[in-house]
Amino acid sequence: MSFWKLLYSKKSRSPLPGFATGLSVTVVWLTIMLFIPMLALVAKSWALTPEEFLKAAWSERARAAYTLTFGAAAIAAIVDVALGMLFAWVLVRYEFPGRGILDAIIDLPFALPTAVAGLVYSSLYVKNGWFGRYLVPLGIEGAYSRFAIILVLVFLGLPFVVRTVQPLLASLEGDIEEAAASLGATRWQTFLRIILPSIMPALFTGFALAFARGLGEYGSIIFVSTNIPFKSEIAPMLIYSRLEDYKYEEATAIAVVLLAGSISTLMLINWLEGRNRRYAH
Amino acid sequence: MWKHGLFLFSILPGLVVVGCGRSDSAGAGAGTSNTDVAAGSAPSSENAVELLNVSYDPTRELWKELNEKFIAQQKAAGREISIKQSHGGSGSQARAVIDGLEADVVTLAMWSDTDQLRKKGLIKEDWESSFPNRSLPYTSTIVFVVRKGNPKSIQKWSDLTRGGVEVITPNPKTSGNGKLAFLAAWGSVINSGGTEEDARSFVTQLYKQVPVLDTAARGATTTFAQKGIGDVHLTWENEAHLEVTEAKGELEIVFPEVSILAEPYVAIVDTNVDEKKTRAAAEDYLKFLYTPEGQAVIAKQFYRPTDAAVLAANAASFPAINLFPVTKVAGSWEDAQVKFFADGAEFDRIYEGAR
Repeated sequence: MSFWKLLYSKKSRSPLPGFATGLSVTVVWLTIMLFIPMLALVAKSWALTPEEFLKAAWSERARAAYTLTFGAAAIAAIVDVALGMLFAWVLVRYEFPGRGILDAIIDLPFALPTAVAGLVYSSLYVKNGWFGRYLVPLGIEGAYSRFAIILVLVFLGLPFVVRTVQPLLASLEGDIEEAAASLGATRWQTFLRIILPSIMPALFTGFALAFARGLGEYGSIIFVSTNIPFKSEIAPMLIYSRLEDYKYEEATAIAVVLLAGSISTLMLINWLEGRNRRYAH
Repeated sequence: MWKHGLFLFSILPGLVVVGCGRSDSAGAGAGTSNTDVAAGSAPSSENAVELLNVSYDPTRELWKELNEKFIAQQKAAGREISIKQSHGGSGSQARAVIDGLEADVVTLAMWSDTDQLRKKGLIKEDWESSFPNRSLPYTSTIVFVVRKGNPKSIQKWSDLTRGGVEVITPNPKTSGNGKLAFLAAWGSVINSGGTEEDARSFVTQLYKQVPVLDTAARGATTTFAQKGIGDVHLTWENEAHLEVTEAKGELEIVFPEVSILAEPYVAIVDTNVDEKKTRAAAEDYLKFLYTPEGQAVIAKQFYRPTDAAVLAANAASFPAINLFPVTKVAGSWEDAQVKFFADGAEFDRIYEGAR
């Protein structure tokens, strides 16, 4: 069935009227708020010759910054998936006093200005902070290190995973698990074969959201990272430092690479998710 | 609930567009806009003027006091003036003005930041000669702040690279404080007869002992004073006094024998004052800095006044430091920017070589 037929076939007609209005508002909104700014970004970097672009966006220092930015965001997103799944499970499956409050608190990282998160984390984990005074003697540097970057990104990305997994887990009926158990499945088998495939799409989405959040993060990281070139300098920090040189085009070149990296990663995740959905059922 | 929320969200850009159109036409109808608005909010006078002073990071306390004094003085002369302040890293502040922040005056940390406005045509060519003393109402320098009792006995620049000493200073790429600390360290070697190569190896070692590169002066102060990182903090003289006062006995200032003569210039943003018709007020404002009253506030806030009499009267606050000009380490402020802080220049090479 063709796309248009699908849209206008009686069966799939939307219960809400006004498809044309809806679509045009969507397109106008996306154009003004998303496409034009992105185009402007790319256009600005066109002022550079290909050699200059390469020199600005693909220097050794820039590559170190991309590796750190993408690496830290990916590790943090993976940790978020594991932790987020656990949190969602606890919130959905168990009744305990204070659950409502806990459920509400999960969203806190959404609302907190990220600079605040960075400040709080760095003052907790420095050697005279509440955690740091015990951890730093053990060699665990939770502030001013690469580990610190991951730590704060895990905090910021967690609600994305919890909030995507939670509704799916809630909709999973307990009797499916009972059926599996009655057919002789162990707990582990039930989890791997029944629960995990069902929440897989949500995990992918949660991962993608947490990862994207981590890529763009600047406000909190400059407070917890040492910002040393080649070691702990994230790509957004490098962009900022280029701007301070009044090197607008060079800064944009780095931003374009970051944008391209983000888009391709998100597309890859989408594709994996689609594949997973097709083969899971 | 959600559907309504989404609906509102989707019509927002429409509203914004309509809103913009309206305010534009209103602005055109009313003629000069900003001063009129200020007059409306201050009904006592018809010639009320609002000035915006865009400054660098650690000057909040200085300008707060200067503004109060200036406003009172103007009021006595029958003129209604209000002043808004903006603070941040010197470079970002200059960029904000270039990008359209309607500053009447800029009081930035680095000559190169002010001159960037000239390059973009916002400030006239010979801006440096517009005010007395090359447009420098005050100078400053970089000093050391150490922990109580100076446990690592840090007295001079060469002490900074001793083993086990951690140095806190902001990133020279993003901070005026950072640039001046770098130049002071470099110049301390040249000043004692060292070669450029000696200076290079000294600063390379120095920055190896910098555990955190904050983006601006205040951030570095927080890292050193509140978070307890590092043994010595290289900072503005005025910031050092503030930091030590706040720390209530936990920190001390050390004045090195030599340091750089920091020159935070003041300038009028010509295109903005002409458009806002605030030139006269802006000139009065900057001239006020050179009056005995203005100079006294400057000295009180631990900036070195350029009026010799006021400086002499406050000699106790300003220990003698051999302050060398930027020409000791580079041809000019502009040359220093290119030689040390441009892309791939001396500062970048420290880290490229260090890997």
